[in-house]
Amino acid sequence: MNLVTVSGPPSSGKTSVILKTIDSLKKRGLKVAVAKFDCLYTDDDILYEKAGIPVRKGLSGALCPDHYFVSNVEEITNWALKNDFDILISESAGLCNRCSPYIKGIKAVCVIDNLSGINTPKKIGPMLKTADIVVITKGDIVSQAEREVFASRVNTVNPSAVIMNINGLTGQGSFELSTLLYEEELNINSLKGMELRFPMPAALCSYCLGETRIGESYQMGNVRKMKVED
Amino acid sequence: MDSISNRKISDLISEFPFLTSFFNDNGLEIAGKEKNTLSEYFAGFDEDEIEDKAIDPEVLTAQIGEFIKQMIAFLGKEDEVVKTVTILPGKDKSGEAENFNELVIRQGEIICIVGPTGSGKSRLLGDIEWVAQGDTPTGRSILINEDVPDKKWRFSSADKLVAQLSQNMNFVMDLSVYEFVELHAESRMVENREQVIERIIDKANSLAGESFTPETPITSLSGGQSRALMIADTAILSKSPIILIDEIENAGIDRKKALGLLLSEDKIVLMATHDPVLALMGDRRIVIKNGGIFKVIDTTDDERTILSTLEKMDKTLLAYRTKLRQGEIITKIQNT
Ligand SMILES: Nc1nc2c(ncn2[C@@H]2O[C@H](COP(=O)(O)OP(=O)(O)OP(=O)(O)O)[C@@H](O)[C@H]2O)c(=O)[nH]1
Ligand SMILES: Nc1ncnc2c1ncn2[C@@H]1O[C@H](COP(=O)(O)OP(=O)(O)OP(=O)(O)O)[C@@H](O)[C@H]1O
Ligand SMILES: [Mg+2]
Ligand SMILES: [Mg+2]
Ligand SMILES: [Zn+2]
Ligand SMILES: [Zn+2]
Repeated sequence: MNLVTVSGPPSSGKTSVILKTIDSLKKRGLKVAVAKFDCLYTDDDILYEKAGIPVRKGLSGALCPDHYFVSNVEEITNWALKNDFDILISESAGLCNRCSPYIKGIKAVCVIDNLSGINTPKKIGPMLKTADIVVITKGDIVSQAEREVFASRVNTVNPSAVIMNINGLTGQGSFELSTLLYEEELNINSLKGMELRFPMPAALCSYCLGETRIGESYQMGNVRKMKVED
Repeated sequence: MDSISNRKISDLISEFPFLTSFFNDNGLEIAGKEKNTLSEYFAGFDEDEIEDKAIDPEVLTAQIGEFIKQMIAFLGKEDEVVKTVTILPGKDKSGEAENFNELVIRQGEIICIVGPTGSGKSRLLGDIEWVAQGDTPTGRSILINEDVPDKKWRFSSADKLVAQLSQNMNFVMDLSVYEFVELHAESRMVENREQVIERIIDKANSLAGESFTPETPITSLSGGQSRALMIADTAILSKSPIILIDEIENAGIDRKKALGLLLSEDKIVLMATHDPVLALMGDRRIVIKNGGIFKVIDTTDDERTILSTLEKMDKTLLAYRTKLRQGEIITKIQNT
């Protein structure tokens, strides 16, 4: 089986791109499933189901969705293996600019959109900088100049990635992406022992765990204090 | 990439000035640390900083190496001139072979693409953009300068075979016309930037009905003005040899001049259109049916004569439009 992790900021076009790409994969006779990870709410599972794609969803609640992803990716992979899918695609909400769900040796795709502004590539961390493929959407509503400037900024922060423009509405470019996602020889039987591409912050403080009360005595774990000068 | 790890940052930057933008865009502060070697620089971060800024020295060093390699290739090479693009036949949606030997498109040509909705116009354009090698649903292959093309046309973000003029231009940036074009010029690393920018604005003004200045905010350009700016910008700054146009709306812009400008910059123009005036401005038109190239028609002399009549009709229509806009009342049809 192949596993592909897709991540990107909210509403950047992840689901649109994945749906169009799966169309092309299906035409090749491949069985594709999706696992969707988000924080509090998502309707994406309904969209995938409507398209006849087996889907599982997980909501991380107050946790960083990427932390939640790593804790569950093995189970979800086993689900896909048991069902004999050829490809499992994970879609995770890239809500945390510091984390990314990418695993060494597993194809990583980042989806960002042209509308997010030309300084966005600078601000996104490992989710963009360590992706193998960067998909840029919504080129239909900006000029050629803006598309070129945006792509060149992406290239500066991740020179080794393949950068593709895809229209999430019409699917233009999604066939091309589909050819880069599946490798027949690649056979993932288990994720055991694999490693994240980039460590996630250890910043586990009592507030991460649900503490709401304010005050030094409630603060545990990795707490950092700012210097406030008098 | 050991070699660059042991070099001083100041040396690296003086040899590769473009690295400044790499450090900048990656949020790496180098002020005051130029004397350090790259590995000393990365070693200088404490654990918290490494965690906060997501610094991975190994990955970043490799990325710097890759960036240098790409930029040298980009700056050093003479642009490869694309003189011809050849389409080799594939199959239509029913699996029937397309009925032509090869279709050669040359620099300076305008090719129109016509056909009903869903017939496969976008797929043909997609085949060209992805330089298909029998590996798309149509099975077509694309040659460049009569040869099997370099992989860079697929994968390099700086060398794209096709630039596309968008229909929509809701600029998302808050910039003046000058700053906007400057941003594009910077990302293309052009020399004599000021002259190039001036030339683009001049050309744009010659295409648009009403002129604008370099200081005009792009968000306040009219539809015609922004279309004119985009065409001039793409013609002059975009490196892509092929320009793809999905209709040029007939308002506030001289379409014939616009096409002329693109051709004078040695572009190949591919245009999907339903507008007879545009369709007949092409040298040839490709008719798509059921996913396949059904026919290729050279624009005939008769058609060119008809085109000038159509253009007159077009002007007449435009004149009425202007009158209505200016609040006039139309009483009779004037024959021009
Ligand atoms: N114009 C335009 N709209 C697009 C494009 N791609 C996606 N959209 C629209 O953008 C919106 C968000 O797209 P989604 O695919 O749901 O984005 P997402 O990243 O999956 O969003 P979340 O999962 O909620 O984070 C939808 O309304 C899409 O129709 C594109 O290329 N062009
Ligand atoms: N020769 C072919 N073989 C198989 N599939 C094809 C072929 N040509 C086109 N298709 C498929 O047919 C569908 C419609 O094609 P396309 O989107 O290119 O049509 P279009 O002419 O651009 O339509 P519109 O006018 O609506 O934009 C696409 O999914 C495309 O991949
Ligand atoms: Mg989604
Ligand atoms: Mg189309
Ligand atoms: Zn996080
Ligand atoms: Zn916390």
